[in-house]
Amino acid sequence: MTELTHLTIAEARDGLKAKSFSATELAQAHLAAMEKARALNAYVLETPEQALAMAKASDERIARGEAGALEGIPLGIKDLFCTEGVTTTAGSKILGNFNPPYESTVTRNLWNDGAVMLGKLNLDEFAMGSSNETSAFGPVVSPWRRQGSNVSAGASGAIEGTHLVPGGSSGGSAAAVAAHLCLGATATDTGGSIRQPAAFTGTVGIKPTYGRVSRWGTVAFASSLDQAGPIARTVRDAAIMLRSMSGPDAKDTTCVDLPVPDFEAAVSRGVKGLKIGIPKEYRVDGMSPEIEKLWHQGAEWLRAAGAEIVEVSLPHTKYALPAYYIVAPAEASSNLARYDGVRYGLRVPGKDIVDMYEKTRAAGFGREVKRRVMIGTYVLSAGYYDAYYVRAQKLRTLIKRDFEQVYAQGIHAILTPATPSSAFGIGEKGSGDPVEMYLNDIFTVTVNMAGLPGIAVPAGLDSQGLPLGLQLIGRAFDEETLFAAGQAIEDAAGRIKLPQAWWA
Amino acid sequence: MSVDEKTVRRIAHLARIAVTDEEVPHLQGEINAILSFVEQLGEVNVDGVEPMTSVTPMVMKKRQDGVTDGGYPEKIVQNAPATEDSFFLVPKVVE
Repeated sequence: MTELTHLTIAEARDGLKAKSFSATELAQAHLAAMEKARALNAYVLETPEQALAMAKASDERIARGEAGALEGIPLGIKDLFCTEGVTTTAGSKILGNFNPPYESTVTRNLWNDGAVMLGKLNLDEFAMGSSNETSAFGPVVSPWRRQGSNVSAGASGAIEGTHLVPGGSSGGSAAAVAAHLCLGATATDTGGSIRQPAAFTGTVGIKPTYGRVSRWGTVAFASSLDQAGPIARTVRDAAIMLRSMSGPDAKDTTCVDLPVPDFEAAVSRGVKGLKIGIPKEYRVDGMSPEIEKLWHQGAEWLRAAGAEIVEVSLPHTKYALPAYYIVAPAEASSNLARYDGVRYGLRVPGKDIVDMYEKTRAAGFGREVKRRVMIGTYVLSAGYYDAYYVRAQKLRTLIKRDFEQVYAQGIHAILTPATPSSAFGIGEKGSGDPVEMYLNDIFTVTVNMAGLPGIAVPAGLDSQGLPLGLQLIGRAFDEETLFAAGQAIEDAAGRIKLPQAWWA
Repeated sequence: MSVDEKTVRRIAHLARIAVTDEEVPHLQGEINAILSFVEQLGEVNVDGVEPMTSVTPMVMKKRQDGVTDGGYPEKIVQNAPATEDSFFLVPKVVE
């Protein structure tokens, strides 16, 4: 039998139903794997007691024939989702020992369907980053290594050598899924934070349409862009998880009142008759020939599966990233104003209240967060608002219009690379110029700006033996087509062989 | 556009973040790198384009204006660094 930690969610669900193993055994297998993988730093908090209690409750429900859609499935939770009674940090020091007295809607939905929480996953501070290097709790080590790399588990249990990043901001989520430390994980995506780490780790990640998933109880970064989604090991698993995470929520006015389709059923729909657009503007200067080749290969796979491939144009693509670096920091500066040392988290005393605010925020926020809050403050300040913020919001209208025009031509989904390169090493990017790191999101950020759904699916390995992903962008509220087309890519590419547990 | 050191200090104060003398030049360099990156937005003719206000066209959900939650002040203040009788404590604001 396959090791319990190596099952897919679909396989584990079937195994639990057939009583081949119990939810408790499944949780125990994962807790043991997590313990041996602490050097990866994927979890910031392990919750073995909750996990075993929830698994026991799942076993009881299974015995009574009352199993939910995710009954007994052990998941990792990005530490951006508030979990009642379990410390939630957002990867920041400023939240201190914040212990939420409420549960986020996403996690509530998962528990209602019977899922089991293994722990809270590392992330870039407030989800601001593309490498997990901005976390106040240290970087996450990718389970992937370049061919011939010297990275290894040292005698002291620490990792030796220059390891790779898992991407970010959902770096802990992607690393934990790839390293078999959970069957699936929750993640969030503001500019690419689900899809880029999924691409870097050979996993599947979907950012649903803005409004599909409730944002209530999820620590806010940029409210008009943030959307939660799953990272999993197969397209089917991502579909299973997203169905449970989604749904209307009276507590979030931006969460739509639309019924949640059976995403899993869409997985086997096939792509016959679909029109897939290839946007010429995504052929950027300096793109690696391997990525270009893979992109072409992806189009050929979809064509062979019965789709029609059409060249399309999204003329404002190049402006999405600069417009994002106005809109996202502006919203962040506003959202993060709440961390003032009064209601929760860290407080550093000062000579008066303003001094207390300033000292608290100086001590509690990391460099990247401070920089973004300051950029956001600047672009919203008197005299600069129209030149920066209003102009960026106009660009956003144009970016969305580009997509609408393409979809009006009968295109069902758009195929692009997920990232401009495979994973890079820790400390390799963005130390001098933050823009170097930001360019990671060049292919994913357009999707957030337009509020559309996007999925990253592993499609192959580069010459260093590292995974590369393709992205499919869909019409608003048509995640189903992304699951159908994503499955066609997974079928053609074959499932990526994930790394052996060299760290254990 | 680029910012000078004085502007960096002004932004930091507006953002309520204390900055040290050593941090200012680094922040200035990084902020200017970002401002120079976003400058390309000036190339686009945006005349007559409406700024986006809602990414998904939808009617705002409404509900009756009534109390639906609350009545647990101890939960509200449970994470606060300083409290007294279900109130948040802050340094003196009014003399």
